[in-house]
Amino acid sequence: MKVYVPLDSAAVALGADALAEAIAAEAASRGVAVEIVRNGSRGMVWLEPLVEVVTDAGRVGFGPMALADVPGLFGDLASHPKALGLVEELPWMKGQTRLTFARVGVIDPLSLEDYRAHGGLVGLDRAVNMSAPEIVAEVIESGLRGRGGAGFPTGIKWKTVSEAVADQKYIVCNADEGDSATFADRMLMEGDPFTLIEGMAIAGLACGATKGYVYIRSEYPVAIRVMESAVRIAREAGVLGPRFDMEIRVGAGAYVCGEETSLLNSLEGKRGVVRAKPPLPALQGFMGRPTVVNNVISLASVPVIMAKGAAFYKDFGLGRSRGTIPLQIAGNVRFGGLYEVAFGLTLGQIVNEIGGGTASGRPVKAVQVGGPLGAWFPPSLFDTPFGYEEFGAKEGLIGHAGLTIADDTTDMLQMARFAMEFCAIESCGKCTPCRIGAVRGVETLDRLAAGDPSAIPLITDLCNTMKSGSLCALGGFTPYPVMSALTHFPDDFARAKEAAE
Amino acid sequence: MLDSHDQTDRIAQILDAHRGLEGPLLPILHAVQEAFGFIPETAIPQIAKALSLTKAEVHGVVSFYHDYRSAPAGRHVLKLCRAEACQTMGADAVADRIKTALGIDWHETTADGRVTLEPVFCLGLCACGPAAMVDGRLVGRVDESVVAQVAK
Repeated sequence: MKVYVPLDSAAVALGADALAEAIAAEAASRGVAVEIVRNGSRGMVWLEPLVEVVTDAGRVGFGPMALADVPGLFGDLASHPKALGLVEELPWMKGQTRLTFARVGVIDPLSLEDYRAHGGLVGLDRAVNMSAPEIVAEVIESGLRGRGGAGFPTGIKWKTVSEAVADQKYIVCNADEGDSATFADRMLMEGDPFTLIEGMAIAGLACGATKGYVYIRSEYPVAIRVMESAVRIAREAGVLGPRFDMEIRVGAGAYVCGEETSLLNSLEGKRGVVRAKPPLPALQGFMGRPTVVNNVISLASVPVIMAKGAAFYKDFGLGRSRGTIPLQIAGNVRFGGLYEVAFGLTLGQIVNEIGGGTASGRPVKAVQVGGPLGAWFPPSLFDTPFGYEEFGAKEGLIGHAGLTIADDTTDMLQMARFAMEFCAIESCGKCTPCRIGAVRGVETLDRLAAGDPSAIPLITDLCNTMKSGSLCALGGFTPYPVMSALTHFPDDFARAKEAAE
Repeated sequence: MLDSHDQTDRIAQILDAHRGLEGPLLPILHAVQEAFGFIPETAIPQIAKALSLTKAEVHGVVSFYHDYRSAPAGRHVLKLCRAEACQTMGADAVADRIKTALGIDWHETTADGRVTLEPVFCLGLCACGPAAMVDGRLVGRVDESVVAQVAK
């Protein structure tokens, strides 16, 4: 009997470890030989812990599993109360285009054999026989843009590093996924770590870099453990070695280190203070050397592009947003999780059709797209197609493609205040608009909450200053959640006024 | 509690183990905190000397990052996520009830040294919030009953 029990953080947070132990114990007591594979998550978080049993027909899912449901796995599977049927046939799975996440949840994350059997290392094998400019050209042609949030063309960044002359260059993977509502990097690293390793090795070949670092936030203990094991396994198997090798580094709880220059300072052992650009990290990055800094998903999308070709990848998407995007549907949502799909679905389709509306059953009031620095979208903007330019045109951003769904009990003035408070807590302190502005922002919103309408022009002006004057996206984008809340939900700001009167 | 010689020796071992790394300060500080539960003030000159940094530079790094402690935590550390996705699932109310139950606020430790309460901004459990971390263990859909897990 072969059983899959996810090791993914979300599954573990909902009891997967205890479940795996219980399954082993139950099997032992029945004298049944059981092989338990700890896989990644399929992304259906509402069904976690999702256990899969291998049958002649395929992998049958059971979830959300509780300890009491374990004995039933050893009886008639069809009549098990948590039986979901074949996992691949579930609508959530069938509706997706899983390119980057093709293997997540499917394979044993730490089996290089399994990885190869599911198409792994094909991209790297192809890249090894190409010249650096050819690899760069392929990535440019694919239209892949930075999935961390900024959306800068990945291939162009690689080209700059590739053409820079230096005795040492670096590939740095930004796995400091601090945005609320995002967990794609975590799921990828936990569920298919070799994809990231392969993507970084390809980047190394393309740029002439022999050393890589993955900077993972300390809040991700499972991802750190899995990645460290995967690097060791890849090194033993010769996938990593003199041609390209890498290290896992762990952050220390600073949100701003998700900003690339701050991350580089942190990696160098300094305070995670933002650097002014120029110089670009591509020319003077880690240790002053040419450095590619890419998000996990950007790098993990490279193997499939190299394996299947730029044209295959580019075929998905809309406008200048090519390929697929792993949507992370979170917050107060009925069906939350990770859903990889070509760009172009409307926000309303994502929230209502895929997400199924709120978990509370109340009406959706607002959706924050792109994490703590993203704008809140009201239902009146639900026709916005999911793409970089499309969201930009509505004074928002897609960021790392996380969506926080909030129901009608949410006070948007409080959410705006939280955005400023968070910015004040996490500001690195280098530039004044962010360091001082965020503190003044909290005070100004408190004045609004206390019923002082004269604070509205003040907060608007402050947001303009932060937006134009900050060094990085922390101070520069905090105005997005604040101004979108004020613009789209004026009643929440006016109600406070009435209350005070 | 280690005496000062033991501490110096242990830190020397840690420094030695991190020789040859590029940008070794964060890994060293993580290892020191792992060994002692916090970064002892007296460790800073030793680390600074080994890395040819000033004491101020090392202190600056220690104080910049939320993870590094300058004093030991309680026997248990309870981290509750305060970020937006968890807020939409009632994280603020859960935190308020936990604070009341423990009689402490954020960043405080109960008088008996039992539990330290800390905010965290995102554990990546945003589709099963509110999220928490109890002594390094992840918990989804957390409520005030989590207090029982830090009772002893």
